[in-house]
Amino acid sequence: MAVGVTMNDAADEQKPEPGIRLTEQQQRARRARSIAIAVSLGVLVVLFYIVTLVKGPGVLDRPL
Amino acid sequence: MSITIARVEPSIAGVGDYIELMKPRVMSLVVFTAFVGLVVAPGHVHPVIGLTALICIAVGAGAAGALNMWYDADIDGRMGRTAARPIPAGRLAPGDALAFGLTLAGFAVVVLGLLVNVVAAALLAATIAFYVVIYTMWLKRSTPQNIVIGGAAGALPPMIGWAAVTGGFAIEPVVLFLIIFFWTPPHFWALSLYRTDDYVRAGVPMLPVVAGAEETRRQILLYTLFLAPLGTVPWLLGYAGPTYGIAAVLTGAIMVVLAFRVRAEGRGRMAHKNLASKQMFAFSILYLFLLFAMLLVDRMAGALFGHFAA
Repeated sequence: MAVGVTMNDAADEQKPEPGIRLTEQQQRARRARSIAIAVSLGVLVVLFYIVTLVKGPGVLDRPL
Repeated sequence: MSITIARVEPSIAGVGDYIELMKPRVMSLVVFTAFVGLVVAPGHVHPVIGLTALICIAVGAGAAGALNMWYDADIDGRMGRTAARPIPAGRLAPGDALAFGLTLAGFAVVVLGLLVNVVAAALLAATIAFYVVIYTMWLKRSTPQNIVIGGAAGALPPMIGWAAVTGGFAIEPVVLFLIIFFWTPPHFWALSLYRTDDYVRAGVPMLPVVAGAEETRRQILLYTLFLAPLGTVPWLLGYAGPTYGIAAVLTGAIMVVLAFRVRAEGRGRMAHKNLASKQMFAFSILYLFLLFAMLLVDRMAGALFGHFAA
């Protein structure tokens, strides 16, 4: 009699992942990138503000 | 049954890697030519609006560079000149470059359209699309005329600068477009003459790989013979003064001499050293920069004299 082969999931069961831990280098890189993104967004905000002042009330008035 | 899911490692890419992704040297040439287009355009633009336009053009150019590095990571990895770039070197994931490029391109075009005008934004969008889709994804790997046609992307920035001021087109920015367009083949073919092995390894059909060095030298000379007089057209058409005219004639003459030397080098015993090609490549950068700088100088000189005469 053939023995049915059962899928043994026990071996595939993994302990719950401990979560991603960033190395020191990865943390520093992520921090640098985050700061760069924040600065870029800040520049964009300032740019929109200054252009609004320059163009006055009709900000979206522009030649087609 | 276990399913293997590819793990994506957290990124170690720093800010410098992302800046390198944007090809800053190409960006600065793009911004400079766009700035000249903006300055020589008739009419007045508020300096803040002009600066906004230049920032958007710079970011758009950077986006195009990032998208090119995303797509060409495989061949960049096979060429000595480019193997140290962020993606082939493993510092930056391709998907990150794609997302970065698309985001920057979208922002640059939209901000340009909202704060400056739609014509300039449309031109910027066309420039990016042409460079990424037509040149990088299609022509570069399929024809030796890749950089000839693709060069149109690099030739558009002065038209974008002009459109940022006037909202339209004119013969003058088209002439600037044509100058860069006919400058591109001798510039890149001079480079490819002494980097032929790189392109063979990468499988890119640059002219020396497909048609041989002799034919490439001939084509460089032909394009340069057309380019040198073309450089004087702004003066001939009357919208640049003799300062520019003299500079264009002199630098054009040097380009022609260098092109003749490139062709002669092919028949000499020192052809493998490619000295003339390297000189041609180096001077071609100076040539374009000088031509556009003299347009600026000429315009400023005219404004100064007009100011004192009034």
